[in-house]
Amino acid sequence: MLKARDLTLAYDDKTIIIEALGLTIPAGKITALVGPNGCGKSTLLRGLARLLKPRQGVVLLNGQDIHRLPTRTLAKQLGILPQGPVAPEGLTVRELVAQGRYPHQSWFQQWAADDEAAVTRALEITGMLPLADRPVDALSGGQRQRAWIAMTLAQETEIILLDEPTTFLDLAHQIEVLHLLERLNREEGRTIVMVVHDLNHATRHAQHIVALRKGCVVASGDPHTVVTQELLREVFGVDADIIPDPRTGLPLCLPYGLTHEQGVEAKIEAGR
Amino acid sequence: MTTEPWVIVRNAQLPISVRIDRRVPPVLAGVTLATLTLMVINIGVGEYPIAPLDVVKTVLRLPADNADYHFVVNVLRLPRMLVAASVGLALGVAGAIMQGITRNPLAEPGIIGISAGASLAAVTFIVVVRSASAGVVSLAAFIGAALAALLIYLLAWRKGDSPIRLVLVGIGLGSVASALTTLMMTFGDIYDVQRAMIWLTGSVYGRSWAEFWALMPWVTIFAPVALLLARDLNVFNLGEEVAGGLGSRVALKRGLLLLTVVALAGASVAAAGAIGFVGLIAPHLARRLVGPLHEGLLPVAGVLGAFIVVAADLAGRTLLAPIELPCGLMTAAIGAPFFLYLLIQAHRR
Amino acid sequence: MTTTAFSHSASAPVARAQKGRSTALLLAGIPIGLTLLVLTMLCSIAFGAADISPHVVVDAIFAFNPENTHHLIVHTLRIPRAAVAVMVGASLAVAGAIMQGITRNPLADPGILGIQTGAALGVVVAVYFFNIGSLTLYALFAFTGAALTAATVYALGSLGRGGPTPFKLTIAGAALTALLSSLTTLLLLFDQTTLEEVRFWMAGSVAGRDLSLLFQAMPYLTAGLVIALALGRQITTISLGEDVARGLGQNIAWVKGLSAIAVVLLAGGAVAVAGPIGFIGLVIPHAVRTIVGVDYRWVLPYAALTGAIFLLGADIAARMVLHPTELPVGVMTALIGGPFFIYLVRWRVKR
Repeated sequence: MLKARDLTLAYDDKTIIIEALGLTIPAGKITALVGPNGCGKSTLLRGLARLLKPRQGVVLLNGQDIHRLPTRTLAKQLGILPQGPVAPEGLTVRELVAQGRYPHQSWFQQWAADDEAAVTRALEITGMLPLADRPVDALSGGQRQRAWIAMTLAQETEIILLDEPTTFLDLAHQIEVLHLLERLNREEGRTIVMVVHDLNHATRHAQHIVALRKGCVVASGDPHTVVTQELLREVFGVDADIIPDPRTGLPLCLPYGLTHEQGVEAKIEAGR
Repeated sequence: MTTEPWVIVRNAQLPISVRIDRRVPPVLAGVTLATLTLMVINIGVGEYPIAPLDVVKTVLRLPADNADYHFVVNVLRLPRMLVAASVGLALGVAGAIMQGITRNPLAEPGIIGISAGASLAAVTFIVVVRSASAGVVSLAAFIGAALAALLIYLLAWRKGDSPIRLVLVGIGLGSVASALTTLMMTFGDIYDVQRAMIWLTGSVYGRSWAEFWALMPWVTIFAPVALLLARDLNVFNLGEEVAGGLGSRVALKRGLLLLTVVALAGASVAAAGAIGFVGLIAPHLARRLVGPLHEGLLPVAGVLGAFIVVAADLAGRTLLAPIELPCGLMTAAIGAPFFLYLLIQAHRR
Repeated sequence: MTTTAFSHSASAPVARAQKGRSTALLLAGIPIGLTLLVLTMLCSIAFGAADISPHVVVDAIFAFNPENTHHLIVHTLRIPRAAVAVMVGASLAVAGAIMQGITRNPLADPGILGIQTGAALGVVVAVYFFNIGSLTLYALFAFTGAALTAATVYALGSLGRGGPTPFKLTIAGAALTALLSSLTTLLLLFDQTTLEEVRFWMAGSVAGRDLSLLFQAMPYLTAGLVIALALGRQITTISLGEDVARGLGQNIAWVKGLSAIAVVLLAGGAVAVAGPIGFIGLVIPHAVRTIVGVDYRWVLPYAALTGAIFLLGADIAARMVLHPTELPVGVMTALIGGPFFIYLVRWRVKR
């Protein structure tokens, strides 16, 4: 599947974000990358998507180094939706989704029957068919995000990477997008990797969670295993109560304080 | 089922299919027709007026009323018109590419430093080598453009190219070139300076077949290259990361597109001086007419560019006849209301 | 979204301020700067096509003899020239500093954003249509041109998403500069006399300026400087971010408006006296900020001093390079400032 081995990622000579990281993304599941700001989750995602060239190490897709694969071949297997994408003015939803067919097209074959079918299906799954001829910039936040996801769907890749797909969306739209992703995974068996900020989103919608801190994987596994009070202390620096979610039984985090605040108090106590 | 927004041509046997926005064929046909008509009218206008029908006959080498028509039309005015149209086409396409790569609606080939480099070379030749022929000035301009482009690329390159850095460096270099050009003009003879200024504003006055044939190869090669890269421009417009994720070889394609801009803009400046605003306005108009997809945008922007330059030339020749105003002045004159239009439009939103 | 990532030292103002720039040191710098300024002025006056020894210069100032040609040269040519350089250099540097602070754009400069070209167009319009002799009207036209351009550039640079980012503003400035210089060329092509009159001035020069010209511009330039210095604290706050400034209770509209007026007075006045001299407003604020930090209460006065010294120096260089021919100083500043701009772009713009 998708694997990172000994991966080191940096933006320039000085700032190494991720060092010698190893990770396996399980096939057919939704994986959530979580961690505090600056832990490198977005960087890791970009590295997995070949948007960033590794200093060292390798990212393997089905055993092949993604940097050696021709760009178009990779784009047919792996799709990425970066954070906060912006569509040019006047572009309609249908036109945007059609761009997702880029890796399948060529100068001669600009719009095969397959392309048309893929776009229509993508619009159907995301519920954007009625809005297909509206300009993207005239849509609401949730609708816009769904349009972009539809574009990635039209790419017809087995694996979809999403960088913070729910940040900046209001509550209803967040749920819209997360349910869509769940459906994609459940009905089509797609592997989804998403960077999320909200830990509860991760536990509710992902089957596999990877927690990062300062560029290292601290824990990875299913929600029950990963989301514990110790993890929250170590990765996020918060003290939290973990209770079973009333609907799903999965762990629900309720933070109540800062870890190091307590630590400071303890030191003051000890000093007395 | 709503009306299809696209016209699709698909062949059942061969794996060939083409898709284009349905607005494109009628718009393209309409603007091309308008441009050709305008060209015919423009040829017919002047100190020696010729009726449009006669113009067409003369161009097609059909017998017309007056034998003199052949000289006036085919030797004097036709090449000038063809140069104007080709320059407009080149600038329109180059402008559309610039706006696509930088995702900025105000980017145009004239401000990225290439014209400034060409202008510096040309003005230096005009003022220093005082009796330089038009052909020499043209060549100097082209070399100036190429050198400027090279310098800009080298200066902006830092672990890869970035369109933003390229444009900004171009603006910086353009300012320096501008200052040096002004310097040249302070020291020259006043008549040379005037000649230089006319060259700077851009004009097709006196352009002959020589200029046309010098320009043709560049336009014939690079305009189609741009069209071939239209799909890449589409995905670039979505953002560099999305484009990469969709499998576009961003660095390579962008390099090719930039090369196309330099070739088209450089050849245009060499042929007709620094005609501004065509590369800015034509893509905007085209976008309003046929939408942002580049398969249709590039050709329409090109033909609109040709239309604008031919119209500007016509206006320049007729407004204050018999004085001829350079077409570059006319295009600059519509620049001001265009900016106003942009601002009003944005305000209304 | 393609955002221009700038590594901008002003993004960590607290850390920088803590780099120990004691008020005492900063205060001490001012008299040092003033001394440097006077020395540079004397150099400028002593130097030129005619070799005049410093001793004669001092005589010319304190024991003026109208019969002495050298004294005459000093009085009518060199002193005005130095005075113009000082005022124009200071004005442009301060204008640039204000612009960089308010727009949080390290590339801002009255030349790059088209304001000087607008002022120049104003002056050409004045000469062409009204045959203006008096500077007061020159200046008025220059101010109008500068003001209209400033407003337009800001509006154009704010088009689309994200407001007036540095990249968008710079492109808007370049586009507007192209338009305005075309319109200027249009006027100049129509009338050879106007062209004769203004072509040397268009290159930007402090030479051959009557002192009376400077005196007429003084009130505007001084007003601009005073407004600028008074706004030092507010500009510092805005340079931290408009939301931050609003949160601290500042009335942004007022500050921006007054700053705009100051910029117009300073840049417009400078252009009216000496023609468009570019890049001073770009280079000097950067240089000053590295020494003085990001508190505009200090940046502005130091910018004024440094700008004056810089332009004097550039003028001396312009006279030296092709001695005895004189280069217009605008070319000199472009040759220094242009590469600096490119350096800034190359090393500070990330994507």
